[in-house]
Amino acid sequence: MKASLSWLKNYVDIRMDVGQLADRLTMAGLEVETVYDRYAYLETVVVGRVTLVEKHPNADHLSICTVENGRAAVEVVCGAPNVRAGMLSPLALPGTELAGGMRISAGTIRGRLSEGMLCSEAELGLGLDASGIMELDGDLEVGTPLNRALDLRDPVLEIGLTPNRPDCLCIMGIAREVAAFQGERIRRPEVAMPEARGPIHDITSVEIQAPDHCPRYAARLLEQVKVAASPFWLQDRLMSVGLRPINNLVDVTNFVMLETGQPLHAFDFDNLAGRRIVVRTATEGEVFVTLDGKERRLNAETLMICDAEKPVAIGGVMGGMNSEIEDTTTRVLIESAYFNPVSIRRTAKRLGLNTDASHRFERGVDPQGTIYAMERAARMMNEMAGGHLVEGYIDVNSGPRSPRSLSLGVTATNKLLGTDLDGGQMADLLRSIEFEAELKEQGRLEVTPPSFRVDISRPVDLMEEVARLAGYDGIATTFPSIAPSGTGPDRRRSCRDKIRSLLTGMGFSEAINYSFVSRDSCERLRLPQEDERRRQLVLLNPLADDQAVMRTCLVPGLLETVSRNLARQVNHLRLFEVGKVFLSRGADRLPEEPEMLAGVMTGRRYEAQLYAKNAECDFFDIKAAVEGICAGLAIEKICFTAVEDGDCRFTQPGQSAWVYSGSTRLGLVGRVHAKVCRAYDLKQPVFVFDLDLEKILAVIPGQRFAAPIPRYPSTSRDITLIVDQEIESRLILEHLAGMNEKLIDDFYLFDVFQGKPIPDGKKSISIRIVYRSAEGTLEDEQVNRLHGAVGKRLIEAFKASVPA
Amino acid sequence: MELSIDKILEQAEEELERIEDPDGIRKLQVKYLGRKGLVTQFLRGISNLPADKRPAAGKRANEVKKQLEAGFAAARKRLEDSQEATERLDVSLPGRGVLPGSLHPITQVTREICDIFTRMGFDVVEGPEIETDYYNFEALNIPKDHPARDMQDTFYISENIVLRTHTSPTQPRVMEKQPPPVRMVAPGKVYRCDSDLTHTPMFHQVEGLLVDEGISFGDLKGVLTAFVHQMFDPQTSLRFRPSFFPFTEPSAEVDIRCVICRGKGCRVCSQTGWLEILGSGMVHPAVFENVGYDTSKYTGFAFGMGVERIAMLKYRIDDIRKYFDNDYRFLRQF
Repeated sequence: MKASLSWLKNYVDIRMDVGQLADRLTMAGLEVETVYDRYAYLETVVVGRVTLVEKHPNADHLSICTVENGRAAVEVVCGAPNVRAGMLSPLALPGTELAGGMRISAGTIRGRLSEGMLCSEAELGLGLDASGIMELDGDLEVGTPLNRALDLRDPVLEIGLTPNRPDCLCIMGIAREVAAFQGERIRRPEVAMPEARGPIHDITSVEIQAPDHCPRYAARLLEQVKVAASPFWLQDRLMSVGLRPINNLVDVTNFVMLETGQPLHAFDFDNLAGRRIVVRTATEGEVFVTLDGKERRLNAETLMICDAEKPVAIGGVMGGMNSEIEDTTTRVLIESAYFNPVSIRRTAKRLGLNTDASHRFERGVDPQGTIYAMERAARMMNEMAGGHLVEGYIDVNSGPRSPRSLSLGVTATNKLLGTDLDGGQMADLLRSIEFEAELKEQGRLEVTPPSFRVDISRPVDLMEEVARLAGYDGIATTFPSIAPSGTGPDRRRSCRDKIRSLLTGMGFSEAINYSFVSRDSCERLRLPQEDERRRQLVLLNPLADDQAVMRTCLVPGLLETVSRNLARQVNHLRLFEVGKVFLSRGADRLPEEPEMLAGVMTGRRYEAQLYAKNAECDFFDIKAAVEGICAGLAIEKICFTAVEDGDCRFTQPGQSAWVYSGSTRLGLVGRVHAKVCRAYDLKQPVFVFDLDLEKILAVIPGQRFAAPIPRYPSTSRDITLIVDQEIESRLILEHLAGMNEKLIDDFYLFDVFQGKPIPDGKKSISIRIVYRSAEGTLEDEQVNRLHGAVGKRLIEAFKASVPA
Repeated sequence: MELSIDKILEQAEEELERIEDPDGIRKLQVKYLGRKGLVTQFLRGISNLPADKRPAAGKRANEVKKQLEAGFAAARKRLEDSQEATERLDVSLPGRGVLPGSLHPITQVTREICDIFTRMGFDVVEGPEIETDYYNFEALNIPKDHPARDMQDTFYISENIVLRTHTSPTQPRVMEKQPPPVRMVAPGKVYRCDSDLTHTPMFHQVEGLLVDEGISFGDLKGVLTAFVHQMFDPQTSLRFRPSFFPFTEPSAEVDIRCVICRGKGCRVCSQTGWLEILGSGMVHPAVFENVGYDTSKYTGFAFGMGVERIAMLKYRIDDIRKYFDNDYRFLRQF
């Protein structure tokens, strides 16, 4: 909502500067977002002196004028008939944007350079005269910006109104708040006026067939009016808040809406069939052409203003082409109504038509303001367009609710606010904004809000008024006593944070991607039809195609992030994301929201290029990250098993592993499939892990106990087995573990080799076994015997040989 | 007779000079001073000497032993010194390994916010990101067809299922599950159908709720002032400004003095000198009624803040879209 200072001053004398005013309004809940001077565009229009006028050599009606602009004399091409040497006139310098949006630039007109423009009143938005350039007083100083020369200053306050304050969707509403600051009441313009001929009931009628949608409809009739342009002051008021003037009758309806908050409509009375108004709902599918020339399809809920035969307006939203005011109009019917806010809102939403009128009606206009606004408009139209008012008016009123009185407890108010006000102070505050407040027995106020405060319905609404009028600043700051709660830190949150620390420690940086992905992300990941990640939730109103469905997997977001970074020549990446994915259970039910953990890695293994010449990261680097997470969370029985080629989706067959803890599958780790790389435009190998945080949470051990540190020394023996190439080393190690030899303390792979002298189809696997006893130092003899036996069992189990 | 003690010394010193590795020193030490070493044997042989020669020989042998020990120590040092000198590295070369990654600034700021409130005694809870119309709107006193719905552009899954537009649905969800007192903060993702220079369709909020007997607007001011002072700077001035949220009344926006221009007016604060950083208010009685709390007994306050906004001020990030673009060069800065 915009309000110029000069307009506000019509209703209240303002005894503070505009900065203070903006501050007071903001602190009263009417947030002033910006203040600008509406004549600021005149900064680059200067007082110019025309010193020489010559005929343009290439155009009959143009002159070449030499104009002093205060710094130099410039040449300006001018077409005005009244231009003459010696006169002072406004010169718009190149770069100026005039009120109507016209931009001035230096340019050539018919072959002659023009460095600016001499302007008419109309061009400057300072009057209606467009017949010639504006003549300025001879005693003004040449070169002075016009706003200073003519003392034109009018700050406009732009107020961001909250939806609970429709009473301030008008200048008088804002003036009312300003008046309250100063302990005053606003001046309301007089509306009384003489009437002729009538009464109105003999000429027309109003019938409301849909009182639920339209509780009140009032009408006034003027005859013998003359449609013309509005006087400048009226046009100027409309322009000051960004409205385009149309003609005197329409301008008055807009002016009064801006002034009082009551939207009005003016019909050409002679275009109304049967010369009467019928208010009813539309028939389903009915088509109606609104003032903006668009065809609108209506439904049975749409409230229509009709004449005896046809609709002439969508009630409270927009008028129709068929009854608009034209230059030939002589009789005008003014509509002032109270429409049901919900009905208007639904219609405006359904039609996608948010008008100044619907905006106000859906928030709630003053149910008692109907007649005043209509009378104000009638008088102004009469003053501007002549003719006469038909005697009386129509007011069909099935009674929009009247304000009801509320009981306000003084103690309860102080308790909620933390204030120490007495009943009298509270009553005074409320009265300052036109509430009726009476102090009753036992510290209780009886308060009746004014009819325009449609937002007030509970005692707490009054408490808020007391608080904002007393000033939030004045309320003392206290600190509540907060008893400790019994719940400790949330397990999920601490696990998530631990994972974040582990991954950052391993060089991964955290990404946060949008929760929505493109519709084809499942195809791009090569997910089969039966994959549960196909259970996508689809947005009804997505902003873009690539944000059309909710993600069911974190991988697409990460791959897109990798792709974006590679495109920017950032080629060495380690990224992870923790977040929810969404699995549909049907569009009308809340989905599952499991939390996932995924990471990607590409490019160099080490930070420094120096050590990474031949060290691009590979499968085992990303696997290490998964191992690191599991170790850090103390997850036991971790096992990586190869993914069957047929089960590989977005990872490469042969380089994909399931991650298990015991029998729980935690997720997947592997190299991104070549086809998926192509789909995401990834031109270098990328490795990925995708883990289910819900499953991880389920396998994290609850309690951990310390184990004793060994007291006796260990001794180790190596064994090398030559086995079939297909045998996973994991199986050998598992077999070794499965022996449950008490003296085997630890074992690990220290070499895996394929190639000469190992025969084709075979590989050698070297394992170091660490022997230790908890009871004493082992003798060599004993270890040798045991190691021999262990080796034999392995050889037998895997049909292995040993190197010659 | 065996070698004279001086001969032993002479020979040892000669050999010692030729030593080039620590192992050699060890071997020499064994050869001369070990259990079966030459000097040791000489010392043992003294008892066989005539009585008058024993003291001189003993004295001399002990001198030699000390001299050799010193010689070995010196040789060891010489070797170490020369070794130190030969292993010269260009210490300016980078280290080999992986530097730590970084946490997303939103994660870091969310943590910081939650930490401040947990220190004051609040619990951290979370709620679903996809919500029913009831929890996102109705339970929060935002009925269908109410203009307040325009305050938030909503993404819909179906008529009754929405992407939550704020973290406020955690309020009724928590209150339905437990009787007062309630003290919680709820961080999380929220979604609005809006995308431009200053809006992304997904962003993060932290919600807060405190309900108990006798909680006042003054308490709201106290808690949020403490928060602002811890989050920004104890000197930060702030103001509580009347505003409107359907689920609180009275409602207040909290503004802080612009951290960029210190209140002089700049682009970031739209020349006002103030920055809006959170919305708050006393819980509306309608919300309590919806969850079955006794409005005559309990009062409370709620607040909500945008994490991106606070992170922007903290790190001077000029474009909200950078958060979700995930440029590695951006992420690695935090």
